[in-house]
Amino acid sequence: MSKEWPLWEVFIRSQHGLAHKHVGSLHAPDAEMAINNARDVYTRRNEGVSIWVVRAADIVASAPADKGPLFEPSNSKVYRHPTFFPMPEEVKNL
Amino acid sequence: MDNKVNYLLRLGDNAMVLSQRLCELCGKGPALEEDMALSNVSLDLLGQTRMWYTYASELEGAGRDEDKLAYLRDAQDYKNVLLVEQPNGNYAHTLVRQFFFDTWHYFLIGALTKCSDARIAEIAEKSLKEVTYHLRRSGDLIVRLGDGTDVSHQFTQTAVDELWMYSGEVFNYDAVDEAMVAEGVAPAASMLREQWLSHVSDILGEATLTMPPADAWMQKGGKQGRHSEHLGYLLAEMQFLQRAYPGSEW
Repeated sequence: MSKEWPLWEVFIRSQHGLAHKHVGSLHAPDAEMAINNARDVYTRRNEGVSIWVVRAADIVASAPADKGPLFEPSNSKVYRHPTFFPMPEEVKNL
Repeated sequence: MDNKVNYLLRLGDNAMVLSQRLCELCGKGPALEEDMALSNVSLDLLGQTRMWYTYASELEGAGRDEDKLAYLRDAQDYKNVLLVEQPNGNYAHTLVRQFFFDTWHYFLIGALTKCSDARIAEIAEKSLKEVTYHLRRSGDLIVRLGDGTDVSHQFTQTAVDELWMYSGEVFNYDAVDEAMVAEGVAPAASMLREQWLSHVSDILGEATLTMPPADAWMQKGGKQGRHSEHLGYLLAEMQFLQRAYPGSEW
């Protein structure tokens, strides 16, 4: 075991949740202990949760500098938004 | 004292004293996550203590509620086994003590879920998930330390050797235990001991550690209130406030 435990990111699906949400991170020597630790630190033993742990090193994140090109909504291009379709009365409330 | 009350107090005292030992480690664990886990186990045991004490005090009917039982009995009235009052020592000591206890506790609680006394069965049922987790965790850590570095192996082996003589007291049944076996409350010592030895030898084997002889001499006395020198200090610290200001509400 190396002296420095690697960092793990923890994702938890709560009892009635539909998706795993990122809840935080922790240090652990391996995946099994990361799961154990996540259960102790983040779930407080709720029944029926599912835990995912991922080595932080395995996560690729988008660069903050790319924010503009990646996420700026194309507000100026109105033809990209489906706002011009006439809707039949019956499906108005769908 | 009624046998069943005595038996319930023993169950409660084991959990109480070990819980107190583990809470001494709060903020001192070898890693943040380990610290959390130790406190979690401590809190589990404290919750179990409260259930055993509450039932014991109801049966006894002498007005000694859970707080009086915890805070106003001195060492000679405490009935925990000697294993749980041993000092935390280094982390290997803490873990080996936990592992020996958890293994016994898991098989005992499992058996108590089928107890003839419905209330005991109910408490055991509530505790079973917790003790199952405790067992898994301490076994896992023993394997990691034993099969870790040369140094961690050495430390763990030393802790096993030093604590071994306290591991057998739980199987040393006296008249109280025998009465409980006869009533269909407690499981037979022989069955528990067999399960205990089998699990302990599996885990120690996996951890590349040497198991001391099963028939080695075992220290006893805790169940009858004859304790090691460690318990008095533990209780002095634990009970100070309730002794200084008796009858307070908090």
